[in-house]
Amino acid sequence: MKTAVIVFPGSNCDRDAADALARVTGARPHMVWHADTHLPDGVDLVVLPGGFSYGDYLRAGAMSARAPIMQAVRAHADRGGLVLGVCNGFQILTEAGLLPGALMRNAGMRFVCRPVRLAIANANTPFTRAYRDVRETTIPIAHADGRYYADDATLDQLEGDGQVVLRYLDNPNGSARDIAGIVNARGNVMGMMPHPERESDPTLGRLGGWPIFQSIAEAA
Amino acid sequence: MKAIVTVGLRPGVLDTQGKAVASALKGLGFGDVESARVGKIIELDIPGLDPATAEAQVRDMCEKLLANTVIESYRIELAP
Repeated sequence: MKTAVIVFPGSNCDRDAADALARVTGARPHMVWHADTHLPDGVDLVVLPGGFSYGDYLRAGAMSARAPIMQAVRAHADRGGLVLGVCNGFQILTEAGLLPGALMRNAGMRFVCRPVRLAIANANTPFTRAYRDVRETTIPIAHADGRYYADDATLDQLEGDGQVVLRYLDNPNGSARDIAGIVNARGNVMGMMPHPERESDPTLGRLGGWPIFQSIAEAA
Repeated sequence: MKAIVTVGLRPGVLDTQGKAVASALKGLGFGDVESARVGKIIELDIPGLDPATAEAQVRDMCEKLLANTVIESYRIELAP
């Protein structure tokens, strides 16, 4: 399986994501600079990592969503290629219109950095299949702008179509309907606020996010 | 030509920053404040365009970058 991690100015989880991908696929991912216009040939999965790209100028993810590489990411998604956006990556995906809704300032107005319990709302996606035998997991969040917002019609549609993939069991940020992660209608683009790459290294002893990467490896 | 773009959260969208500001104002003794909404102003210098073209271009800028219309609305004012 061939993977790529997009590096924006201000990305800070790109290397953790790359390490997790290398462990699960056996090959180092391509690190692709945001100003590039093409993805390497034959890439199966693109990760938009966490961080504070462009210093969250204007809105979190707003500038990165218009970066040159995003046209190639959009084309990759349109072809059915897998895209995973984590935290800032999720914000970028909503800003780019690749996922519906928006991520707004946490209801408690504070940056929250701690492990959160998540319900697996849909284990039938290329990103969550490895959770099929469990109902919940724990993955850390680290964000100030993680409150998922969408209008009621969009939320109803997301829930009706199984596009809500992860839900907070103790909503830490005021997200609508406890949403922590969603997929697009086609199921090949996922955004999630929790950081699976931070719970994917056996030497750290906790592997709550590892099944996300195992699922991706299974999907290819 | 100058364009002044005012971007704010749509009505009904929770403005946590506005809430914090309103509560701080109350704490300072401004008890009449019922609520506050915080937005941003973006000033653009776009020399050499006639007003109609400028307005059309700035509207396009708002739709493509300056505002996220999922949560925000915008207002454009032109000045010479």
